[in-house]
Amino acid sequence: MSDEQTELKSINTTCPYCGVGCGITASIDQAKHQIVIQGDESHPSNFGRLCSKGSTLADTIELKSRLLEPSVYGHDCSWSEALDMVADSFMSIIKKHGPDAVAIYGSGQLLTEDYYVANKLMKGFIGSGNMDTNSRLCMSSAVAGHKRAFGSDTVPGCYEDFEQAEMIVLVGSNAAWCHPVSFQRIRAAKESNPDLKIVVIDPRLTSSCDIADLHLPIAIGNDTILFNGLLNYLNQHNALDQNYIQQHTEGWSDALKSAQDSSSSTERLAEQCKLDKQDVELFFKWFAGHKKVMTLFSQGVNQSSSGTDKVNSIINCHLAMGSIGKPGMGPFSLTGQPNAMGGREVGGLAHQLAAHMDFSNPDDIDRVARFWNTDHIAQKPGYFAVDLFDAIYDGKVKAVWIMGTNPVVSMPNADKVKQALQRCDFVVVSDCIAATDTTALAHVKLPAVGWSEKDGTVTNSERRISRQRALFKPAGSAKPDWWIVTQVARRMGYEEAFHYSSNVEIFREHAALSGFENNPQQHSRDFDISGFAELNQDEYDQLQPTQWPVNKAHPQGLQRIFADYKFSSPSGKAQFISIKPRSAGNLPNKDYPLILNTGRLRDQWHTMTRTALAAKLNQHKPEPFVEIHPVDASHYKMVKDTLAVIESPWGKMIARVQITDTQQQGTLFVPMHWTAQYSSLGRMGALVNPVVDPISSQPESKHTPVRIKAYQPAWNGFILSRHPLEFSHPDYLVKVKGNQFYRYELAGETMPVSWRAWTKNILCSASNETPQWQEYTDPAVNKYRAARILDNQLQSVIFVAPDINLPERSWLTSLFEKPEFEKEDRLAVLTGKPPLGTPDVGTIVCACFNVGEKTIQSAIKEKSLKTHQDVGQCLKAGTNCGSCIPEIKALL
Amino acid sequence: MKNRLVVIGNGMAGIRTVEELLSASPEKYDITVFGAEPHGNYNRIMLSSVLSGEKNIEDIITHNRQWYTDHNILLHAGEDKAVVEINRSRKCVIAKDGTQAEYDRLLIATGSKPVIPEIPGKDLQGVISFRDILDVNTMLEYSRSHKRAVVLGGGLLGLEAANGLVLRGMHVTVIHTNPVLLNRQMDEQAGGMLQQALEARGLHFKMPARTQELIADNKGHVKSVRFEDGSELECDLFITAIGVRPNMQLAQTAKLYCERGIVVNDNLQSYDPSIYAVGECIQHRGATFGLVAPLFEQAKVCANHLSEHGMADYKTLPTSTKLKVTGINLFSVGNFLGDENSEIITFTDPAFGLYKKLVIKNNKLIGTVLYGDTVDGSWYHELLEAEQDITDIRENLIFGQRYLPTTESTHE
Repeated sequence: MSDEQTELKSINTTCPYCGVGCGITASIDQAKHQIVIQGDESHPSNFGRLCSKGSTLADTIELKSRLLEPSVYGHDCSWSEALDMVADSFMSIIKKHGPDAVAIYGSGQLLTEDYYVANKLMKGFIGSGNMDTNSRLCMSSAVAGHKRAFGSDTVPGCYEDFEQAEMIVLVGSNAAWCHPVSFQRIRAAKESNPDLKIVVIDPRLTSSCDIADLHLPIAIGNDTILFNGLLNYLNQHNALDQNYIQQHTEGWSDALKSAQDSSSSTERLAEQCKLDKQDVELFFKWFAGHKKVMTLFSQGVNQSSSGTDKVNSIINCHLAMGSIGKPGMGPFSLTGQPNAMGGREVGGLAHQLAAHMDFSNPDDIDRVARFWNTDHIAQKPGYFAVDLFDAIYDGKVKAVWIMGTNPVVSMPNADKVKQALQRCDFVVVSDCIAATDTTALAHVKLPAVGWSEKDGTVTNSERRISRQRALFKPAGSAKPDWWIVTQVARRMGYEEAFHYSSNVEIFREHAALSGFENNPQQHSRDFDISGFAELNQDEYDQLQPTQWPVNKAHPQGLQRIFADYKFSSPSGKAQFISIKPRSAGNLPNKDYPLILNTGRLRDQWHTMTRTALAAKLNQHKPEPFVEIHPVDASHYKMVKDTLAVIESPWGKMIARVQITDTQQQGTLFVPMHWTAQYSSLGRMGALVNPVVDPISSQPESKHTPVRIKAYQPAWNGFILSRHPLEFSHPDYLVKVKGNQFYRYELAGETMPVSWRAWTKNILCSASNETPQWQEYTDPAVNKYRAARILDNQLQSVIFVAPDINLPERSWLTSLFEKPEFEKEDRLAVLTGKPPLGTPDVGTIVCACFNVGEKTIQSAIKEKSLKTHQDVGQCLKAGTNCGSCIPEIKALL
Repeated sequence: MKNRLVVIGNGMAGIRTVEELLSASPEKYDITVFGAEPHGNYNRIMLSSVLSGEKNIEDIITHNRQWYTDHNILLHAGEDKAVVEINRSRKCVIAKDGTQAEYDRLLIATGSKPVIPEIPGKDLQGVISFRDILDVNTMLEYSRSHKRAVVLGGGLLGLEAANGLVLRGMHVTVIHTNPVLLNRQMDEQAGGMLQQALEARGLHFKMPARTQELIADNKGHVKSVRFEDGSELECDLFITAIGVRPNMQLAQTAKLYCERGIVVNDNLQSYDPSIYAVGECIQHRGATFGLVAPLFEQAKVCANHLSEHGMADYKTLPTSTKLKVTGINLFSVGNFLGDENSEIITFTDPAFGLYKKLVIKNNKLIGTVLYGDTVDGSWYHELLEAEQDITDIRENLIFGQRYLPTTESTHE
């Protein structure tokens, strides 16, 4: 890709968002630095489908927001200066305080090659276990559960099983929003096979319930009780595969005993889980009645202080029925990040060593040391994420290198994480985005390549290794993460071990390590991609999506594991785990009577550093919000669309109130995405309790005791501006990027003396401009509106009111797409409503095709549309990613 | 036998009353009308349009002589027919030429007279007011032979005169004592926008300024204006347009009770119950009148009483204003300045020539000024007269009737 070409070329790559791992075909215009995105029809993870986030990737490759130059203590510098600074600082701290005084905190966004060298540097050569990753926050319970049950972190099945299954259970997963393409695949399976039973187990009535035959709105955190109850039921109703249990498993009787102890009866169980007894019985009956059952689980299971137990309580049921390892069955972990599994493969978690070997086995340590040819190898696990930032806070870890993640937002007790980094002697951040809550605290910033420049491999939820390919040359001075790590490693004196000159060399070494002494005599590991150990650059570049293992036995990969009943545990048998249900780490009390649940939205990804750049993705849910049950809302005097303060003992946030009976009484839900870059007080991480699972150390992000109260600002308002604005924060501020405009939602506790002066101060950027102003004032009721016009083009508008009675934003925002400010629009602009005859599309429902709620409503009415397919045919809404179908159905 | 009604004044108020009466009780009266101008009735408020050339005299005649004939009305029109005496004991009126008419009911509609400022030189040649067709003809004559005109008074009439003369090719300066043009109808901001717009049309302004003296040339014709600040302005034609006062001389002579105008009750009767008065000559509950709308309302009430159709009390309602300068839209009604207890809503887009102001008190509209976009003027006027509570429509009130909420706007 070295030469600038004008002709469009097409490259297959993968999506950087969730763990579905969709293939993408990008048509690239090098000269204009633009791409057109399509789903890769040949990719077995998505067969051409993409969700709203993937579809808008082209909007996120702008260079404006990128970190492009290395900098040291705020000054741009050369790479060598920055790398010297990192290497020298790390070495001097190690010299003074030992290797455990430094750490690396990585991310499921890193490619396998990047991850591999970072892990190798820390654990193999610096000699500390202190390499952990944000996968700790999403996948570590699944890892620990797999490891306990199978002896290895192995996902047994594959996506094709969705079509083969007779029953699919979604537990703690709003796949419709979080893994939309997989969800659409399940929806399609259900449509072609109406007998396919779908059960959703989730405290919330989510969009995923749209296709469910049964929804069990379980009380948060009680999954182990439910699945213990199921195990008990399977036993009582002769649904067991006795042969399987006896020949291929261990621990059955203890697990059954615990299951029998955990709930005296189905009535008792239903009461504990706050479920309807009939519903529970129906679920049990269906589960017992189908051999081909898949249980898909995600963060609702993992992000819990009993996360690992939850995973094993699910796996127990599959083992009991022998429903594992064959088509259409098995437990299936839906991974959060594009390369969470790749990170686990290289040993990115602090208790892991490399290639599915970990510190628990001294032979593994010796084996990896020999392979790496090092005598510095770490001997014990390092700090896990929550402990790591506590250790930084306490001064035990004095230097940290954060790669491709935003812990100041995403960690529990995030304000403490922020303080920890503020106290830390030396903070290095490698990122592709310049301004994040975390880069703001970095001493050294290293510009890493981002998606569209990254080149390497990722592994998705079904163990499928795909190539993520570069579409462009690195922007500015950005470099691949593996290169950055390698350069630092060489400066620290490890030239020989970090001799890599290309990504394929790293991949080959990783593949070789996975096959190194991987046999029943030494240590048999499921993760074996030794078949790739000899790949040349060409073969690597042409690599087709392949499911591991890839070795002599399975040179083309393997769809399903455990079909041969061979497990990686010492005995070679699968392990039942005896589960004793525990309650959450912190229970609600008098002061904090509600339970806070957190999660993803349909159109945002993680901390919004990339998705918030795509205007389309910001329209569905533009502001941080809190969902509350109507009964709680009336008890706490919450009014729809007003603001509320949510407080826990650890922190607070402000969010807009949405009242909905999809939420259970006594619980609140807030989205996890907002950062200080986009909101003044919308970081939910500040509230989340730092409780972790004792085995996996995964934080309990879905259960924090909180309280809620109305936030009563003196004024509410919003600004829409063609250009981004800099202003001193009002008390509440949310920034939303739109199509050719920026939207700022505002609220303040004190009124400015003069709205006119306040407004002009904020909206007038250049003093040499002579804008025209339109103004509406009604000071008696504290209303102010103004529009700023330059060269007959609308530049900005502000609307202020004492309450939330402000016009809808949709028509106003559409004015920024017009090149000229038309007279009719100018006369209407401060009404906030379109002049007569202009359609008002309403809130955007379908982000893919930008179709608004009012457009859909009027089409339904005028054309008597009956189904979401009718709407799709008429307006295209819901026909791409399909994740808005539940909302369209609600309108029908 | 029919009753006899005599009308003194062949203007808009008098003839409108006659019209109302003809429609209410066509057979009740024999009607005689005296007029001092030699025409039928014409629309006096359209005189500015005649001056500006947009209309001619024929266009503004509302009732020609044939109309009087058709309705069996005896018309005495012309300078000689000006009534000079009302003999209340004999119930008859006497004109300058001796024409007499007896009445059972008398209607006085003598209108108003321009206020002439007490400044030295006010009687010079070339100093006129702007009241009737004669004045318009004089101005048109001057515009053909002279260059410089000065208009004293930045009110409606003065500005219309000035605009007309500019269109007729004269260099016109308007002198106004107040810093705000149309200060009885506009607030400072609207007045300023109006001034800008008029300046763009070629009018000149000297304001605030007070006239000290009109200076004559050697033929006794005005040649310049001297101001209190000592400055002077050349001037071939000086038009006074600083207001009108009720023309009540005749009534006073007849010993009818007058104050600032002929005092009438709610039925438009003077202190002599057989004598009525309408229009700019009257004083009703302390108020005098200078705009056309209340005159029409008075005509209706008066005709109703003359018809003996029972009581229909006249009430003075707020009157709205329009300036008849083509292309300039302004409107005001009610208490548009407000007081310390009122609330003010504004909408401004100066670059676009828009200014609107609503004055609200106790959730009711009590006044408005509109500049640039006046389409909603009559709607506001209705709201104001109806004293409608505007709480529910306050949000979009200033944007006009088309933005009345059909459904409540909500936050998304």
